[in-house]
Amino acid sequence: MVIDMTGILNWKTESGKTNWYLVLGTGITGFVLSLIFIGLLHPPYDIEAMDTAHKFAGGSLRHLFGTDNFGRDVFSRVLAGGFTTMKIAAGTVAVGLLGGVLIGAVTGYFGGLTDELLMRINDTLFAFPSVLLALVIVSLFGSGTSHVIWALGIAFVPSFARMVRSEFLRYKNSDFIAGAKLQGAGALRIMTHHILPNAAPVLMSSVMIGFNNAVLAEAGLSYLGIGVQPPEPSLGSMLSEAQSYLVSAPLYAAGPGLMIIFMVLGFSLLAEGMSREQLSGAWF
Amino acid sequence: MKKLRGYAVLILMILSAGAVVLSGCGAGGRQGTDTSSITVGVANDIDSMDPNKTVSAGTRELLFNVYEGLVKPDSDGNLVPAVASAYTVNEDASIYTFTLRDGVTFHDGTPVTADDVVYSIERCADASSGNPLAPAFSSIASVEAADEKTVVITLHEGDSEFLSYLTTAVVPKNGSDYENHPIGTGPYRFVSRTPGDNIVLEKYDGYWGDGTNGGNPAQIASVTVKIVTNADTIVTNLKGGSIDLFLHLNSTQASQLGDGFTVAEGTMNLVQALYLNNAEKPFDDVRVRQALCFAMERTQIMEAVSDGGGTALGSSVYPAYRKYFMPSLADAYPTDTEKAKQLLSEAGYPDGFRFTITVPSNYRQHVDTATVLKEEFKKIGVTADIEQVEWETWLSDVYQNRSFSATVIGVDAGTLSATALLGRFESSAENNFINYSNADYDKTYAEALAETDDEAKTALFMRCEEILSEDAANVYIQDLPDFVGYSSRFTGYRFYPLYVCDLTMIRPAGDAAAQ
Repeated sequence: MVIDMTGILNWKTESGKTNWYLVLGTGITGFVLSLIFIGLLHPPYDIEAMDTAHKFAGGSLRHLFGTDNFGRDVFSRVLAGGFTTMKIAAGTVAVGLLGGVLIGAVTGYFGGLTDELLMRINDTLFAFPSVLLALVIVSLFGSGTSHVIWALGIAFVPSFARMVRSEFLRYKNSDFIAGAKLQGAGALRIMTHHILPNAAPVLMSSVMIGFNNAVLAEAGLSYLGIGVQPPEPSLGSMLSEAQSYLVSAPLYAAGPGLMIIFMVLGFSLLAEGMSREQLSGAWF
Repeated sequence: MKKLRGYAVLILMILSAGAVVLSGCGAGGRQGTDTSSITVGVANDIDSMDPNKTVSAGTRELLFNVYEGLVKPDSDGNLVPAVASAYTVNEDASIYTFTLRDGVTFHDGTPVTADDVVYSIERCADASSGNPLAPAFSSIASVEAADEKTVVITLHEGDSEFLSYLTTAVVPKNGSDYENHPIGTGPYRFVSRTPGDNIVLEKYDGYWGDGTNGGNPAQIASVTVKIVTNADTIVTNLKGGSIDLFLHLNSTQASQLGDGFTVAEGTMNLVQALYLNNAEKPFDDVRVRQALCFAMERTQIMEAVSDGGGTALGSSVYPAYRKYFMPSLADAYPTDTEKAKQLLSEAGYPDGFRFTITVPSNYRQHVDTATVLKEEFKKIGVTADIEQVEWETWLSDVYQNRSFSATVIGVDAGTLSATALLGRFESSAENNFINYSNADYDKTYAEALAETDDEAKTALFMRCEEILSEDAANVYIQDLPDFVGYSSRFTGYRFYPLYVCDLTMIRPAGDAAAQ
């Protein structure tokens, strides 16, 4: 499977217009990623060090977004929380994608009874709102970062599976597949080497959208207190804590809030930009 | 179309960010004038409408308005006659004789008879189905209706504290299924309940109290108790007018209410501590427990959780128990990291250990306390993992099944007797959820119960407190400050030394006649 990386980051569409979605999306995402990277390598403050004498300090050069109810630096926690959220989002999409591609490929390519069986299970899962499904899984297996990843990941499988299946259905009877079969290619080879690369562009943009949904879903779970456990920061849990102090310390909520906005906005624009490129045929 | 979607996402983001900010500072309060009904917000649903089966303090504080015992506490902490109008106690406090009050009726209109009282007490003392509903009633030898209006309770041995247990609700003899058809004698009667959402109570017109005879009638015709599980929406709900009064606000929420609201300040009347499962490793070793006490920096917690407003505690008694409270015990374990480390190595944990603090997610103050504790324990090499659970899960796993290693919670008292707080640490006590076991404690506690001289009895109970402190049974923290915020259309909220919300105290503001 080869994806032409130069194709992904092609700033101009075929017609010569600048693809602003892609430009802005890359810029914002890059900004967010570099912030998180800084937070990983060199956080301004220890994210768990408390100093209750200086709680709810206002924004200053020392504390960009002030301090929280324990006197911890909000900016440092936003950076670290961004990483946690990013980690969960990436993990979720990875789990969802893996499960989705497996189920989608098998059902789409082979069809028949397997298709019926798996897709009906898939439909059942699809009937639940993904956060609700994740909620059930978390309450069964307990909370914590890794459980959240699995819970959200499994909840994301159905949407990926459907998409992959439809792509496989689209290509499995096309001429180039028939050609590959004549050359003696096995089912596995056809699926991985011939159909999947062609499904990649569509997959790519839904990965981006999935990423966004995962960020929001994590925020939702942590907001309910069953996601990431304190004192590990995540953007959702920070926002939930900050809401109690919205009037007395509005900056506390602004920190994680802005981070979520930038994160989601960046990926949204990126996804939009990519799908535009696709439409204009830049990938082929 | 595609372009529109991109913009739509952007606009949605901005709008939702704006909505969050606005919901915080907007809403100037409902300009309501209706004072015939009040909506009281609470954080948790009640666990049972059956007055003898409930274990949660939040339930007891509400059922106080529906049920009454032979006696009941008043706001000064005295026991005053309720269903009984008078009582006599014999010399060695082994025979209690109650005369029932005339005109006390159940909510269905039937008068309370001595038989109902006998039935209610026997129901709670019945040990045939395992543990009696009221463990203290196991000391009852007999309970008899001497005539229609007189009940005589005879104990196996004298117990001058026994009266405080007779706040136990009197229920009708012919009743059944109190869970769904609660019938009591209190100033409010049960109308309906939607589990997880609300409970509706209304004024009971046949209530015996008229404000002069020791009982206060309800001043507000209808009370809706609304369960608000999301702590973040409390202030918004109050300001928006969907609730009129909220029990137990924290200082931040109270300070956000502003104009149009009255904030009453009191204490929560509970013992907040890191409760340790004394039967489980490593907390079966007293040195480990003491090490945690030495590692804790209490001021840090109090500052973070209650703006420095709580009262430091060193044992299982809170300040409202004036007679027994020992403030000096709070200084028994001054913060001393070196000492803590040393104790840990003596106990065989030179590199510390790892354990889990289970904490109910709906209590922000307990979650925050656990967060600070985790940070403080780090300094002695102990790693605490915090696990938030739902309140119902906490009740069944931690409190009832005792499968936990540590938890942050506040323990309150059901009655005004020292036994209500200290009784649970007797090794065989049914509610000894921390599995505390100490022969010395059991002995002192038994002596205190048997003692009839009040002074000697008090001294023995205080010795029990000291043992709990020396033994570091738990990492005792504080009694939290408590705030009740309510719309200025109402007035009169009063704190009790118990975890009780007396709805009859609340009346429309400016209604002088109802004084």
